[in-house]
Formats: sequence, structure tokens, C-alpha cells
Amino acid sequence: MTTKRKAKIKPRIGMPLLDPLKRARIFSEVSLGYRAEDAVLEAKRCLQCKKPTCRKGCPVEVDCKSFIRMVAEENFREAFRVIKDTNSLPAICGRVCPQENQCEGTCKLRPTGQPIAIGRLERFVADNFYARTSCEEETGFMECLLPDENLKVAAFGSGPSSLTLAGFLAARGVKVTIFEALHEPGGVLVYGIPEFRLPKSVVKREVDSLKHLGVDFKCNFVGGMSVTVDDLFADGYKAVFIGVGAGLPKFMKLDGENLVGVYSANEYLTRVNLMHAYRFPEYDTPVPKGDKVVVIGGGNVAMDAARTAYRLGASSVRVIYRRTKGEMPARREELEHALDEGIELEILASPLSFAGDANGKLQKVTLQRMELGLPDASGRRRPVPVDGQTFELETDMAVMAVGTGANKVLTQTTPKLKLNNRGYIEVDPATGETSMPMVFAGGDIVTGAATVVQAMGAGRLAAKEILGRLKKS
Amino acid sequence: MINKILKKRILIPGRVSELTIYAPHIAEKARPGNFAVLRLSEKGERIPLTIADRDPENGTIVIVYLVLGKTSALLDTHVEGDVILDLCGPLGKPTEIKKQGEVVCVGGGTGIAAMHHIAKGNFEAGNEVTSVIGARSKDLLLFKPELEKISSRVLIATDDGTVGHKGFVTEVLQKYLQNNSSVSEVVAVGPVPMMKAVAKVTAPFDVRTMVSLNSIMVDGIGMCGACRVSVGGEIRFACVDGPEFDASRVDFDELMTRLCAFRDQEMLSMELFKKSEAS
Ligand SMILES: Cc1cc2nc3c(=O)[nH]c(=O)nc-3n(C[C@H](O)[C@H](O)[C@H](O)COP(=O)(O)OP(=O)(O)OC[C@H]3O[C@@H](n4cnc5c(N)ncnc54)[C@H](O)[C@@H]3O)c2cc1C
Ligand SMILES: Cc1cc2nc3c(=O)[nH]c(=O)nc-3n(C[C@H](O)[C@H](O)[C@H](O)COP(=O)(O)OP(=O)(O)OC[C@H]3O[C@@H](n4cnc5c(N)ncnc54)[C@H](O)[C@@H]3O)c2cc1C
Ligand code: FES
Repeated sequence: MTTKRKAKIKPRIGMPLLDPLKRARIFSEVSLGYRAEDAVLEAKRCLQCKKPTCRKGCPVEVDCKSFIRMVAEENFREAFRVIKDTNSLPAICGRVCPQENQCEGTCKLRPTGQPIAIGRLERFVADNFYARTSCEEETGFMECLLPDENLKVAAFGSGPSSLTLAGFLAARGVKVTIFEALHEPGGVLVYGIPEFRLPKSVVKREVDSLKHLGVDFKCNFVGGMSVTVDDLFADGYKAVFIGVGAGLPKFMKLDGENLVGVYSANEYLTRVNLMHAYRFPEYDTPVPKGDKVVVIGGGNVAMDAARTAYRLGASSVRVIYRRTKGEMPARREELEHALDEGIELEILASPLSFAGDANGKLQKVTLQRMELGLPDASGRRRPVPVDGQTFELETDMAVMAVGTGANKVLTQTTPKLKLNNRGYIEVDPATGETSMPMVFAGGDIVTGAATVVQAMGAGRLAAKEILGRLKKS
Repeated sequence: MINKILKKRILIPGRVSELTIYAPHIAEKARPGNFAVLRLSEKGERIPLTIADRDPENGTIVIVYLVLGKTSALLDTHVEGDVILDLCGPLGKPTEIKKQGEVVCVGGGTGIAAMHHIAKGNFEAGNEVTSVIGARSKDLLLFKPELEKISSRVLIATDDGTVGHKGFVTEVLQKYLQNNSSVSEVVAVGPVPMMKAVAKVTAPFDVRTMVSLNSIMVDGIGMCGACRVSVGGEIRFACVDGPEFDASRVDFDELMTRLCAFRDQEMLSMELFKKSEAS
């Protein structure tokens, strides 16, 4: 691109946000969403490249160029249809996808620092679409096939992978039943990602529209315990999809990690999000009230926990990360929002141990100072301890956000499933099929903790394969 | 209708009751040692309760609860015909039951109900069952008739001596182990101090001893780690790795501390509940 051209590039239209001072202590959604005029202006910035790269940057290959053109032409309904053609959960993706590594990361305008705000446009289109039928909500078209009660497919887990699979199949006449272990469907979207980033009403809208399409949600059913894969085939199901996520929280095997006051991010967020503990005692589930909070980790989960703790009244929240800000895996936007709200970072530090009082309550954490050494397998420079440099922080609540692993509840009770050495399910990458015929899997239980859109891609792949085989037989 | 309470039996008025609930898919799958998680209202919390018995033919499970705080008190307001909003199970690893000779099952307080299912499983597997049960007083002893049906003997301890040995179950257990070297396993379910004491008593006898841990749970399916306990110095999740563990390796003191983590909030909840019930 010539300098002349660069100079003409207008900056992206900013996202209207709640003021950091106002929002840092409440659970209302932080990003307010584009107004129509913002969206049109932003869409008009798109170069409409002859050979667009954005589509390839998207794990579910949304035709970004086309939908952006339609937004520019103010044809929002058609834009919705284009997005829905490959992405079943645009209102969610528009909010939580790491666009900087995906569509926007490959945008030709990216080198100018002002790539098209594709995520914001996607969210705008989804939020402002008023479907006249549930079929239209799912597909953008008015009418779908009615579910055939004899073509039954089951899914375990109700995260984005299963929701996507269900939407795809239900719109094409397949009867889908989702078995979810918790009392509410949505997976991480309801128990993990907080209200201020992804309002629960957005998830509910998706679930409700699937229900209208004839998808059955059976909550409180644990795959492998309340109902098994074999039970389902015996019951006439033609295929089973496993999308149970990677929800097992990891700990670091440190002294004092079981003190009262040390929580996994999953526990903390589940209490607050799924159980609504931020409204205790109106809701029954209690939540720890930390004053000087430390959060260990540097991803989205750590940011969510930190911002939640601040909203619950902490006087200080410090995120402890062993590398530097640049290597933090969190979405850039969330990191910036967190810093604006008053979250502090303690980079190049890693916990060594926790210590408590006589009653077993957390009082302080001892940290090891780190520095960056040579790059590791991930290409990022490996953090190494600086000899002799340790320090202490006073804290009454520590949240461990250091990753999750495979949950064994279903895999242990389904011995015919082939797993890899980390306990994740092995699948044929072309079809999503597991070692058991007509049993498919996708999402975090296959890849390990990843992203919403990758889980959706896996759900879609399996759904296509299942539909093809059901049609053949 | 699924999750409907078909029968309520008051075992100790105002304190302990037994519910028979229609839940065919749980009844079909439940094994001794499994538990269920329930939630009673849209604003309610999830609490774990042991499946004390099951009847797959009639599609029912039995739970026995002690009124302790808000949720169990709310459960106690339920009557026959009411429906439990959310009931999820069976959860946890079932008790490992093999045919092995004589098994001593120790139960304390409400734990006797949970122990009953394990004792029954052992009886059905062809083991000789000796039950050792304890409570503060004669009127508070649960499941004695049921245990008599499946046990070769039921030994009793009460704090006040109104029936059986005056003192703790552990004293009865110790004496029994001294006189019976053929015992192949001891299983104990009850308050944490009791299970800790059982572990201490059986240690010199070199007999496999299992305890069922009741740590605080949220999801009950291995996704939060609230229920974590230290076993042999390692973190284990009671809801998916347990709830039964080798007693000799459990850090009971840590468990007791962690059970008190939310005491203040629990008391507040209970106070507010009592007030709203009164008005
Ligand atoms: C706090 C947090 C923040 C995140 N932020 C982002 C973000 O900003 N952007 C992004 O792209 N990704 C984010 N992620 C990651 C993303 O949410 C996951 O990659 C994605 O949700 C995985 O989807 P899934 O379909 O595999 O299932 P999940 O969403 O993991 O859901 C699995 C479901 O299966 C249920 N289940 C488990 N076992 C069983 C069983 N045996 N039977 C029945 N049901 C079962 C679980 O209860 C759960 O509801 C975040 C994750 C967390 C935890
Ligand atoms: C595997 C397992 C099986 C159990 N089986 C039985 C049973 O068969 N009968 C029975 O009466 N009780 C059983 N319990 C204990 C029962 O879950 C608690 O008594 C109940 O949660 C108390 O809730 P509450 O609101 O009435 O009281 P609260 O006032 O909330 O709590 C009272 C005490 O109960 C414990 N507790 C609180 N919340 C939880 C929770 N979510 N999970 C676990 N413990 C908690 C804490 O130690 C707390 O101090 C079991 C617990 C576990 C983990
Ligand atoms: S209760 Fe959440 S992991 Fe055991």
C-alpha cells in the first residue's frame, strides 16, 4: 500500500462504551454496540478487496466482504443471512471472538493499525435483526423443514459446539436432543463468561430459538452417568455428538493452595455467573468477598475473574502473569478494558506458595520474579525464574486461572472412546468422528481449551457429516 | 412426573426426613456410594445429597437429609406431591464392592442413611456385613430396622447410653476389630471428626478403610474444584474422584477448615429464611 493511500484511511469507528468509572463496579454490559449510522460508516471504510483475506482468517469462514458490503448498503437483513450461512452464533462471536488474530488480523488495513471492525459489525447485524420466525433466526430464511421424529441425534453438553450442531441439524429436519449436566444450557457462555461481556439474554435468545425449532434441552443429565452413548443408540438415536468442553480446573501443586480464600476461576465464575452469587443473599449461593485480590494467569479467564472481583467490591485486584503484557493470551480489548477499569498487572511473576492464618484463611502469596529467556515450543519467550528474587503480597483472595483440562466424567464411563495422552477425544479431522462409529466430538473436549468460534466450527463440521450420512441411509 | 416426591417419612421431627422421589433414569443407574445434586428454586443453590437407596422397578430413589441451613430447611418445607426443580445424578464414583468376606460399615448421624446403601450393596454382593451405628441418643438413631435386615449384627453406640454402648462408635469399632481379625474392609460415613477417628482406630489393624467425604460442592461434575481435598498429599476432587477415599491418606483437618469457608453467609441465609417463614 502506498503512503498516499495510507494517509487517506480514516480511523475505525469507536465502540460506544460505558464510562470506566461508571462501569467498573457494576455488571452491565461494557460495550454498548454500534448504532446504525456507526455501522454504515464503518462498513464504508472496507476496501472490498478483489482477493479478500478476512474470510480465510475466520475459523468458520464468514463471508465478511459480502456482509460488510450489505451493511454499507444498509441491507441489514441480507447481511444477517450471509453471516448465518456459516456462523450460527453471530451475536456471541461478535462479542467474544479474538478478532485481532482472526478476520481483523488478516484485513488489508491491518498494517495501518485501523483494520475494519468486523467483530463490531457482526454484532451490530446480529443484535439488530428481528427474526419473524425461529427458522429465520437460525438461518436467515423464513421456513425450515419440520423435525422428523425418526431422525434422532443427541448431543452431550450445551456449549457453542453443540448449539451450532443443533441449529444446523434442526433447521434441516433432524430431531436433536441436548443432554446438559448443569441446570442451564449454554456451557461456558453461561457459567464462565460474565454478564458484563456477554449478557445472558443474548445466550438465552439463541437457546430459545433452538427450542422453537424443535431442539429438546434435557438439563441435569450427565453423559456417562445419567445416560450413556449405548443407551442412546438403543433408544433409536442415529448419531451422538460429544461437546462436553474442557472444564476441569488446573491447580499448580503449591503449598497453601487449598487454604480458604484460594479458588479456581471456574468456581469463582460459576458461583457468580451460573448461580448469580453476585446477588447474594437474594440468591442462595454465597461468593467470597475479596478485598486485596490476586488473580493468577493471563488469559480471558483471568481477565474475567479479575474484573468480576473488582465489581464485587475488591479494593485492589492484581493480575499476576509470568510473561509480559505483550504475551498475554487475553483478547486485547478485554485487557484494555480491564486496565481502564483499574485492574493492575504484576508481570514477570509466578506464585511459589500461599500462606494463611491459624484458621486456614489465606493471608499472603509469595511470588517468584521471572525474566524472559529463549523461545519455547509456542514461539513465545520462555519465562525463567530470576535467582533469589522472591517477594510477597498481602491478599485475602487468590483466583487460579492457569488453564483447564479434560473432564473425565464421560470419557471414563465410555471406554470405547479413543483418547489422546492428555485425555482429549481423538477424532477424524475431516469428519469429527471418534473411534466409535456414528459418535462425533468437537470443541474443547477435542482441542483442549480454545475458542467459541473453533467449537462452533467443530459442531458445524460434525453436523454436516451427520446430515450427509442420515440422508444416505 | 419426574422429580416428584412420592413419599415423605419424618425420621426425627424438624431435623431429619426421608424422601422417596420419582427419577427413573437415576434409579436405573445409581449404585451404592453415588450422590445427587439438587436445586429447589430459581434462586436456589445446588446441594449434594447421597442416594440412600433406589428401586429401579418403581423408578424411585431415596434421600435422607438433615436440616442444617437454608437449603435443607427449604427442602423440609416440601411435602408429598411436590416436585424438585432440578435433580441431577447419579454422581460420584460408586463404592468399589467386591466379594471379600466381612465388611464393617460404620455410620454416624445422618451418615447412617448414606452408609445403608453401601451396606446393602455389600450384602447383595455376598459379603458378611457388620453395622456399627452411632448417634447422640436412642431417638436419633436412623435406619436401624433396615440395617438389621442386611447385617449379621448391628452394634450401637449413643452419647447418652440410652441404647447400646455409652460413647463413640469408634470405641465399639476398636473392640470389634480386636476380637475379629477376619474383617477385610471398614467403610465409614458420618461427621468428619468421626471419620477422622475411625481412620485412627483402624490404622494399627492394617484393614482397608474407606471414608465418604462431604466437601462443599457447586457443580458436582468436576468443573469447579470447590470440593477438592488432599489425599496422600495430592489434590483430588471429591465429586468425581470420590466421594470415597482411603481414610489413611485423607487430610481431615483441611476438610474441616474448608467446610467452614462460607459460615457467615450461610448463617445470614438461614436467618433471612427463618424471618421470611415466620412472616
Ligand atoms: C471464563 C472464560 C472466558 C472465555 N472467554 C472467551 C472469549 O472471550 N472468546 C472465546 O472465543 N473463547 C472464550 N473462552 C473459551 C470458550 O468459552 C470455549 O472454548 C468454548 O465455550 C468451548 O465450547 P464447547 O462447545 O467445547 O463447550 P463448553 O462451552 O465448554 O460447554 C460444555 C458443556 O458441557 C457440559 N458437560 C460437561 N460434561 C458433561 C457430561 N458428562 N454430560 C453432559 N454435559 C456435560 C458442561 O456443563 C458445559 O455446559 C472462555 C472460556 C472461559 C472459561
Ligand atoms: C457427596 C455428599 C453427600 C452428602 N450427602 C448428604 C446426605 O445424604 N444427607 C445430608 O443431610 N447431607 C448430605 N451432605 C451434606 C449436605 O450437602 C449439606 O448439609 C447441605 O449442602 C447443607 O446446605 P444448607 O443450605 O442446608 O446449609 P448451609 O447453612 O448452607 O450449610 C451448612 C454446612 O453444610 C456444608 N455445605 C454448605 N453448602 C454445601 C454444598 N453446596 N455442598 C456440600 N456441603 C455444603 C457446609 O459445611 C456448611 O457449613 C452431603 C454432602 C456431600 C458433599
Ligand atoms: S463440585 Fe465442582 S469440581 Fe467437585
